[in-house]
Amino acid sequence: MFEGVVKIFVDSVVNYFQSTSDKNVKLGSPYLIENTDFTSFDFTGMIGISGPYRGMVYFTAPKVLLTHLLLSLGEKETSKENMLDLVGEVANTLSGNARAELGQDFMISVPIMIEGSTSNIHLPTALRSYVIPIYWKAYSAAVVVCLDNT
Amino acid sequence: MLKLMIVDDSNIIRRKIQRECDLGVFEVVASAKNGEEAISLFEQFKPQVVTMDITMPKMDGIECVSELIKRDPSLRILVVSALSDIATGIEALECGARGFLCKPFTEKELSDALLKLTEGQHV
Repeated sequence: MFEGVVKIFVDSVVNYFQSTSDKNVKLGSPYLIENTDFTSFDFTGMIGISGPYRGMVYFTAPKVLLTHLLLSLGEKETSKENMLDLVGEVANTLSGNARAELGQDFMISVPIMIEGSTSNIHLPTALRSYVIPIYWKAYSAAVVVCLDNT
Repeated sequence: MLKLMIVDDSNIIRRKIQRECDLGVFEVVASAKNGEEAISLFEQFKPQVVTMDITMPKMDGIECVSELIKRDPSLRILVVSALSDIATGIEALECGARGFLCKPFTEKELSDALLKLTEGQHV
């Protein structure tokens, strides 16, 4: 898949963190995983994609990173509800921003947010996913892109 | 003070916009988490300015803009959305929105966009 599409999401992640009070985000090299190997952090926000591309985009992050991200956005309440809200909003923003390059046919769903294990999410085993590692402050998170355009 | 309603399915974004709008020019009279709720609150509070997300459950922002403009053609609506393609921005403007601000946004970008809106400019 689609190195160009992955680059679009890389740019979206950088753009997102540019809007926070700590703009110093670093991204690792994207890599491929089997969809049976997907692991997640404490909170995950997922967006369903339809149109010419079909699949899912995830933002997954540990509680500690989300706590700092909420504070950097001016939000003092670091509750579980706000962490779920935040992972959904980040996933929505990254996917929505991709439409600047991919056009309005790149349809995105409202976010679905999960706390804890994502083991009950089943991605197509015939596909693989790109993982984009994110390093912000001293913490790690990831964006996972699983898309098919056949 | 201009009466303002915030429409977004994210509580964090609603609160972020409210913090910026609580600085004197606007009185935030209502916050809605989807288009249906926005229509109901509009009838109750009659805001003069609205910030409007697009991707929301129940009724999306484009449909909600159309419904609100039918009720009040002078309503000043700033669409605040992650959908950053040009076609979506044009669609929002054709439905009656006066401006479009792409997420993620900084406090300055939001305040500048709202200021232009109050001055009658398109954003």
